[in-house]
Amino acid sequence: MASYIALNYWELGAASLFVFIDAGLSVIFRLNLHRSLLVAAIRMAVQLALVGLVLTTLFSLVSPLWTGIAAFVMVLFAGHEAAQRQEMRLSGWWSYGLGTGCMMMSSVLVTVFALTATLRPNPWYDPRYAIPLLGMILGNCMTGIGLGLNALTTSLVNRRASVEAQLMLGATRQVAAGPVTREALRSALMPVINSMSVTAVVSLPGMMTGRILGGVPPAEAVKYRSS
Amino acid sequence: MAEVVSVPGSDTLLRRKLWEILSTGVATMLANELGRSAFHAGSPILQIRDLRTNLLRPASLSLSAGECIAIRGPSGAGKTLLLRAIADLDPNEGLVCLDGRNRSTIAGPEWRRLVDYVPAEPGWWADTVGEHFSEWTTALPVVRELGFPEDAKAWPISRLSTGERLRLALVRALMVRPKILLLDEPTAALDPASVAAVEALIAIRVQSGLAVLWITHDAEQARHIAHRLLVVKGGQVREEVPEWQATSP
Repeated sequence: MASYIALNYWELGAASLFVFIDAGLSVIFRLNLHRSLLVAAIRMAVQLALVGLVLTTLFSLVSPLWTGIAAFVMVLFAGHEAAQRQEMRLSGWWSYGLGTGCMMMSSVLVTVFALTATLRPNPWYDPRYAIPLLGMILGNCMTGIGLGLNALTTSLVNRRASVEAQLMLGATRQVAAGPVTREALRSALMPVINSMSVTAVVSLPGMMTGRILGGVPPAEAVKYRSS
Repeated sequence: MAEVVSVPGSDTLLRRKLWEILSTGVATMLANELGRSAFHAGSPILQIRDLRTNLLRPASLSLSAGECIAIRGPSGAGKTLLLRAIADLDPNEGLVCLDGRNRSTIAGPEWRRLVDYVPAEPGWWADTVGEHFSEWTTALPVVRELGFPEDAKAWPISRLSTGERLRLALVRALMVRPKILLLDEPTAALDPASVAAVEALIAIRVQSGLAVLWITHDAEQARHIAHRLLVVKGGQVREEVPEWQATSP
C-alpha cells in the first residue's frame, strides 16, 4: 500500500511550469486569460495546502461532529460555485438555496448510502472514507445541478411566451413547464451519462487512478469505482 | 281600453298614450341594439378593487356579462400589465371577484380558464397548428369563420404570419369557453377584412354574454366594439366617457 512516490517542492514547482507557459500564450495571443489562469492556479495551490492541513487533523480526530461540519462546509462551497455559474439568477435566496438544497439532499443521501451499505468502514463516518467520497459525489452533483439550473432558468426566460400560452389556457404549472423541466434534466444528466459510457475507454476515473497510484491492484481499484 | 275609445273627445289622449307606449318600446329596443346586449343591464360579472402591481397604480373597475370595455392609452402606459394582473400572470395585489367568487379562492389554472388573456404576441409550444387545440373539429367552425381552410391543422407554426398567429390564438382562447376575454390588440397586425371578421366574431360572443376587455389604439374600433372606455396613462387606470357618447345627445 505504501509504495507511492513522494514529491519534493522542486518537482511541484516544475509541474507549475506549464501554467506559466499557458499564461505566456494567453499574453501572446491576447486571450486575456492569463490573469484568471494565474489567480486560479494560486487559489488551487493555497486551497490544496489548507485542505492538506485540515484533512490531516480531521483524519486523526475521527469525530462525527467535525466530519459533519467539514461535509457541510463542502456542500456550501459547492452550492456557491453552482450559483456562480448561472446566467440568469433566481431572485433572492432561491438562486443559492435551490442549488445548495438539491446538492445537500442528493450528495448526503448517496454518500451515506455508499458508506453504510457498500464500503462499510468502521466507524461508518470515518473521514478518511466519508470526505473523499463526498468530494467526488459533490463534484458530479455540482456539474449536474449547475447545468440543470442554468438550462431551467435560461429556457424558461427564452420560452416564456410558450409557457405562458399554456398557463393562459388553464394548464397547470407542471404541464406548462414540462418541456422546459425535461430539457433541463436532460442537460443536467448528459455529462454524467457521457462520462459513464466512455469510462475506462477514454478516461480513467479519478478514484480508480488514485487507488492505482496508491498501489492497489487495478482489479480492486475497478471494484471501488463501480460501487 | 275599449271604454275609453268609445268616449268621444278622448281620441287624442288615447293616441298620445299609444304613441308613448310605442316610443318607449322602440327606445328600449334601440337602447338594447346600441348596447348590443341583453346582458348590459346585468350585475357585474367581474369586480376589481385596488388591483395593483409594482408598476400599476391601484385600479378598480367592474365589467358586466355581455359588456365590452375598450382600453386605450399610450404605449408603455400599463395596459398589458393591467390585463396580465387580472389574469394573475404577474405578482399583484387587490381584490378580484368573478361572479362574486374571490379570485384567491379559485386555483390558478381554473381562474385562467374562466378569465382568458390573449397577448399581442401569442406563444406556441408545439410545431403544428393542430397540436395547440384539444379538439380541432370543435374549433373548425370558428377557424373557417376567421378565413382559414380545414387543412390549416397541419400548418407549421413557424410559417404563420403575425396576423395568422393572432387569429389562431383567438380561436384557441375561445375554445376554452372563458367568461371573460382579455384581448391585447388582437387586430393590430390584420388586414381590414380580417379585422372585420375578428370584430364580428367577438361581437356575437359578447351578445351571448361574454365579457371583454379589449386593448386598442384605434379610436374608431373602440367606438365599434365597446360600450365603455378605460384610459391607462402612466400606470393609472381611469374610466372616461367615450367621445362617441359625449358627442351624441
